[in-house]
Amino acid sequence: MTTVITVPPSLDDHSFEQVLEQLAPLAADEKILVDARHTRWSSPYGLTALLTLAQTRAERPTLAVPELEDTASYWARAAFFQHAETVYDLRGSYPKRREAGESQVLLEITPITKSNDVHDIVSRVQSKAQQIIKTELKLESKAIVGFAMTLSEVCQNIIEHANRGGWVAVQSYRWTKRLGRRVVVIAVCDAGLGFRQSLETAPGHVPSTRWDDAAALEEAVIKGVSRFRERGRGQGLAGARNYVGRWNGKLSVRSGTARISIVPNWDEDLPLEEGLSPFPGAQVQVIIPEAVGEAAER
Amino acid sequence: MMNHIDISSVLRQTLACDLYSNLVTRPTGAAVRGQIEVLLGETAERALTIIDFSQVSMIDFSCADEVVAKLLIRYADDTRPHDAYFLFRGVSEHHWDAIEAVLERHGLALALEQDDGVQLMGVLSDDERRAWDATYRLGKVDANDLAAEIQMSVGVAQETLDVLAQRRLVMCADGEYVAIGRNNG
Repeated sequence: MTTVITVPPSLDDHSFEQVLEQLAPLAADEKILVDARHTRWSSPYGLTALLTLAQTRAERPTLAVPELEDTASYWARAAFFQHAETVYDLRGSYPKRREAGESQVLLEITPITKSNDVHDIVSRVQSKAQQIIKTELKLESKAIVGFAMTLSEVCQNIIEHANRGGWVAVQSYRWTKRLGRRVVVIAVCDAGLGFRQSLETAPGHVPSTRWDDAAALEEAVIKGVSRFRERGRGQGLAGARNYVGRWNGKLSVRSGTARISIVPNWDEDLPLEEGLSPFPGAQVQVIIPEAVGEAAER
Repeated sequence: MMNHIDISSVLRQTLACDLYSNLVTRPTGAAVRGQIEVLLGETAERALTIIDFSQVSMIDFSCADEVVAKLLIRYADDTRPHDAYFLFRGVSEHHWDAIEAVLERHGLALALEQDDGVQLMGVLSDDERRAWDATYRLGKVDANDLAAEIQMSVGVAQETLDVLAQRRLVMCADGEYVAIGRNNG
């Protein structure tokens, strides 16, 4: 028997939870059909999370692709179908070839499996990010370097802690619904160990009385704790946190059943959410908005 | 003796690739530091080495930790393989956030060449900073010279110079001290 998992019309980090809620009662080897026929839009997080979802299934899932031509075309330009073909059986028609020239896609969906992938990713993003961050987000040049550093660190997180590959995508778009401004978004998703399990492998790790996914996220994201005991470890996410703080951005990290967020004043998200439907690995989203007023210079 | 290490050249050799000019990822940083240590091993017992970042586009935190912090820690330790000193060149705003973060994390300091001379960056006590500035200004000092210059007891001046020497921020020869970057040519 195949269970149908309905993908919401607008897929982002929050609405993806509806997908996970449907998955929660199912065994990993149960056959599923992920139905995205009526999905009209997806954030980079939504697309990379859909790929990650397939990696968590013991039985290869089926994906019904969006029926709307514009949506399918956009997903193709983000290289979604190219990678989805490797983890899903695809149902429905979609552009087989990825068209070039998508200005909103700073980095199409790209697998991360080894350290050298990060070099390639940072190099590819740099020149496009320079143009978009300076002219569209109106941020000073320092923001460009910090963006590349943040991208590098969140990608390395997969290699060092997931024990399996993941996906990254970077896009720029006007976020009319939530913010009414342009944003640049980094999404990095993996189906690996997750923060709790990763920190549990640290030498001499002693779990606190309240040791769960939320506690692990607080340790890693807020306190800069790493499973490696060297003093210089754990700076990557701390650096990303500082970067989003400086440029009034948002950082969200989901792992297991919890999500922790560094929430800017333009957003109403919760700093910590617990008791979410379980999802392996870690899913990171960084949003840097267009500057207004003094925020352009920091 | 003075050496010059162009970090972007070391990076290209390490990655065996001319395409990348970004110092990113911890494994890359560890490999670059390893290559720097090989180059240092080929030089004289005591040497000042210019670590040149001019051609490096950017550096991330992990790489800064491996290339800068671990290099400084290793050569400030009593078990260091050589009597090496470092002067950093070409460090711009594209590198500074990451380098500053790792210096703070480890409580380190380095000598940085800038257009208007050499400055110490990182974590230093007020006494260390005053002592280094005076040493740099005077050229060559002993504890008595320094004590007189900055109104400090000779004992504290000697102690501070020894700490700066241990941290590789001044060179000591025959009881006299020279600030890194002074008369580096």
